[in-house]
Amino acid sequence: MNFTLKIWRQKNAKAKGKFVTYKLNDISSNCSFLEMLDILNEQLVLKGDEPVAFDHDCREGICGTCSLYINGHPHGPDTAVTTCQLHMRKFRDGDTIVVEPWRAKPFPVIKDLIVNRNAFDQIIQAGGFISVNTGGIPDANAILIPKEDADYSMDAAACIGCGACVAACKNASAMLFVAAKVSHLALLPQGKAEASDRVQAMVRKMDELGFGNCTNTGACEAECPKQISITNIARMNREFLGAKVGSQKKRVSSGGGF
Amino acid sequence: MNKLNSKIPEGPLAQKWSNYKDHINLVNPANKRKLDIIVVGTGLAGASAAASLGALGFKVKAFCYQDSSRRAHSIAAQGGINASKNYQNDGDSVYRLFYDTIKGGDYRAREANVYRLAEVSGNIIDQSVALGVPFAREYGGLLDNRSFGGAQVSRTFYARGQTGQQLLLGAYSALSRQVKLGNVELFERHEMLDVVLVEGRARGIIARNLVDGNIERYSAHAVILATGGYGNVFFLSTNAMGSNTTAIWKAFKRGALFGNPCFTQIHPTCIPVHGDYQSKLTLMSESLRNDGRIWVPKRKEDVEALRHGKMKPKDISEENRDYYLERRYPAFGNLVPRDVASRAAKERCDAGFGVGETGLAVFLDFAASIKRLGKSTIEERYGNLFQMYYKIVNEDPYENPMMIYPAVHYTMGGLWVDYELQSTIPGLFVAGEANFSDHGANRLGASALMQGLADGYFVLPYTMQNYLADQINVPRFKTDLPEFDAAESAVNAQIQKLMNIKGNKTADHFHKQLGKIMWEYVGMGRNKAGLEKAVEQIRQVKADFWKDLKIPGETTELNPELEKAGRIADFLELGELMAMDALNREESCGGHFREEYQTPEGEAMRNDEKYMYVAAWEFKGENSVPEMHKEALKYESIEVKQRNYK
Repeated sequence: MNFTLKIWRQKNAKAKGKFVTYKLNDISSNCSFLEMLDILNEQLVLKGDEPVAFDHDCREGICGTCSLYINGHPHGPDTAVTTCQLHMRKFRDGDTIVVEPWRAKPFPVIKDLIVNRNAFDQIIQAGGFISVNTGGIPDANAILIPKEDADYSMDAAACIGCGACVAACKNASAMLFVAAKVSHLALLPQGKAEASDRVQAMVRKMDELGFGNCTNTGACEAECPKQISITNIARMNREFLGAKVGSQKKRVSSGGGF
Repeated sequence: MNKLNSKIPEGPLAQKWSNYKDHINLVNPANKRKLDIIVVGTGLAGASAAASLGALGFKVKAFCYQDSSRRAHSIAAQGGINASKNYQNDGDSVYRLFYDTIKGGDYRAREANVYRLAEVSGNIIDQSVALGVPFAREYGGLLDNRSFGGAQVSRTFYARGQTGQQLLLGAYSALSRQVKLGNVELFERHEMLDVVLVEGRARGIIARNLVDGNIERYSAHAVILATGGYGNVFFLSTNAMGSNTTAIWKAFKRGALFGNPCFTQIHPTCIPVHGDYQSKLTLMSESLRNDGRIWVPKRKEDVEALRHGKMKPKDISEENRDYYLERRYPAFGNLVPRDVASRAAKERCDAGFGVGETGLAVFLDFAASIKRLGKSTIEERYGNLFQMYYKIVNEDPYENPMMIYPAVHYTMGGLWVDYELQSTIPGLFVAGEANFSDHGANRLGASALMQGLADGYFVLPYTMQNYLADQINVPRFKTDLPEFDAAESAVNAQIQKLMNIKGNKTADHFHKQLGKIMWEYVGMGRNKAGLEKAVEQIRQVKADFWKDLKIPGETTELNPELEKAGRIADFLELGELMAMDALNREESCGGHFREEYQTPEGEAMRNDEKYMYVAAWEFKGENSVPEMHKEALKYESIEVKQRNYK
C-alpha cells in the first residue's frame, strides 16, 4: 500500500511546529501503524534527517504510552484500539493520513508527536489511591465484594491513562479519566472510607491544571480505546455532590515520614 | 576467595525467614528520614519497593525511562498472580507452591529464597486487595482462582486478562500517595546510565534526562535496581520496546556478578511472526490454556490443504488432530510448564506439522470450551485477549482456532543476589526480573508478578534496613565527589563515541542482526557448534556496530535513536555472555535446552553432578574473558528428581 503522510513536526516545546508531508510506498496491510512509522523513520535516518519522535512502548495496547491524533481521531479510525494496535488494513491504498499530537493545554508538546502527560500523574497523586501502608492487612477474603461491584470497578479500572479522552474533547476535559479512577475505588468497600475526600481532591487538582469542563458530548467515550463508559462521569458527579463540596478534612499525614 | 556468600539464614527451611526478621538490625523512625534510597525502575518490584520504603519513612528517589511510572512493562502481564492461599480447598500450601516452583525451575533455584517467596505470596493478595485491585470474584463475594502451568491446584488470582495492569496500578497508587506525602520523588523520562561506587559501596547513579539530554547525578545511601529483564536482546520478544539491560549491565561492569545469563523463557503462546518489518511479538496469556486445546494436524496432507486454503481447521476431524500435549503429558495436558510446551510446539513444527503461512504455528482451539461453557463465559474470561488477537491477526478466534508460536518472554537470569537481594556490590540491591533469584531455569506462569511484589513489598523493606542500620551516621552524599565526576565523564564519553561513528546503518539494523543470531543459536534449542558460531557472529556485529552506526540529531535533546544505540551497545555485550554461559552449561535444564543432552523421549536431561550450581559471571575488563564463579545449590527439603509432567 502507498500513503501520503502529513505529520506534525516540532523541534521542542518552545519551537513553532508545522506539518511536513512524506510519501511512503510498499507498506504491508498487516503492518501496524507504529511499524509504518518505524519504516518511515528508518528511511529518514538513512537520508540523514531526524526521525519523527512519537511515544510508544508495550505495543500491545496496555501501557497507555502511545498517542497520536490520526485523521481527526485519537488512536485513529478503528474502534477500541490504541494506535499501536491499529493496522494499515484500516486505511485505503493511496490515502492521505494526517498525524498530530494530542492537542490540549495541560498536555504541552515535548517534541513532534510527543506530549507531556504528567498532569494525569498529578491528579492521581492528589488522591487517586487508598491510604494503606504495606503490611498488617487482614486476609483478602475478609472483605466480601459482590461480583457485580467488582466487575463494574474493573470496567473503570481498565483505563490506561493514555489521554485520548482529553484529546477527543473540545473542552480538553479530563472528566472521563478522573471519573474512571473515582469509580474504580468508590465501587469497592476498601475505597469507600475516603471516597468523599478523594473525589474533591482529584476534581480540584483537575481544575487547577487547566482541564476544561464536561459538556456531555460523549466524544471521550466514543474515542476511548478501552471503552470506558461515561456513566462513570455520572457516578463521579454523584460522589462529588454527595461529598458536600468543601467538606474535605485537613489531614495529618498517616504513616511514613512523620 | 569465594565471592558468593548467599547469606542463607540458619534453621529449618520454614523458619528461616522468621529467624532472619527476628534478628536483623532496624533503623529507628528519626533516622530513616536521614537515609536516601534510589530505586531505578517503577514496575511491580520498583514501585512496590519505593512505596513501601517511603511508607517506612526513608527518602526515596524513583526513576523510570517511561513518561509515567504507571507504564512500566509489568503492566502488560495478563494472566494472573500465584499465591498459596488454598482458598479452593484443593490441597495447596506454602510447601506445595515452594515445591512446584523449585520443580518448575528444574532444580536450579535457591531453596531458601523460593520458600520465602511462597511464604509471603498470600500477603501480596491481601495487600493488593487493600489497595483496591479489583480481582475476579465469585458470586458469593469471595476471590476466584484459575489454574496455570506446572500446578495441579488453582492458585492463580486474576483481574480479567489484565492482572499485571491492575497490580501495577495498585502499586502505582501507593507510590503516588508517597509522592504526595513527600517521601518519594519521581524522575520520569530518566534513564540510568551508570551506578556510582564510593569506597566500594553503591552510592548513586548517573542518569540521562531523556527530554533535554542532560546528564544528571543522584546520590543515596543505597541503590535498588528493579529494571526488568533483558529479553529484548532477541530483538523480537514480548517485552516493551524500551525494555533493556543497560542498568544491570552497567552494574555488572562495575563489579556486580551476573547469574545464569543464558536462562531465558520462551513462552509457548504468542502470535506468530508475520513480516520482517515486525517490531515486537504479542503474548496470548497462558491462562488461555485453561480452556484452549493445543493441536496440529496428524496428516501432512491436511497441513498442505490448510496452507493452500483448501481446508479450514474445523474441517479436520477429531481423529486426524494431534493434541500433542495431551498425548505426551496426560497428567498435566495443556497445562505443562512453558519450557515443555514451547519445545513440544517446536518439535511438531520442525517435523513438518506446523500450520499457518510459515509453518511456524500451532492451533490453540476453544471450540470444545465454547460448546461446553457457552461463548459468553469464554468472553467473560478472555474477552480482551480475544479482541487483541482479532485486531492483530484479523481473524475471529471465536470462529477459528488461534494460531500461536513460542516467543521470547522472560529472563530468569539476572544480577546475582544473596538472600537479602543484595548484589556483590554492597548497597546495590536488585529486585524483580532484574535479579536471578527465584525461578531457576524456568519460571512458572503467574510467578513473575508474585516475585516482583514479594521483593518490593515484603523483602526489601526488611533487608535494606539491615544494611542501612550501620549507615545512620553517614551524612547525605554530595554529588561533587570524584567518583561522580569519573562516572559522568565515562557516560559522556560513550555518548560522544556513539555519535561520532557517523556511519550508514540505523541502530535497529544491528539490533535485528543480533536478534537473529540469538534466536537461531541461543534460543529454544542450543548446541556447542551453534553457540560457538553465535559468539563469533555477535563479535562481528559488535565490530560493525562501532564502525557503521548512524545517529541523527543532537545529544542535548530528546533523541530516540541515541537511546536505542546505547541500549544495543549493551545488548551486544550481553548476547555474547549469554552464549558463553550456555556453552559452559553442558546439560539441559528448564528453558536451557542443549540438544546434545536429552532423554530418548526428547526431554531435558540435567547433569546434577556437574551443574547443580548458579553460574555467576564477573566482569574482567573490556575484551577480557569474564570469570565464572559457582554457587553450589543444596537441596535439603526437597528430593531432586527428573521433572515429570506425564
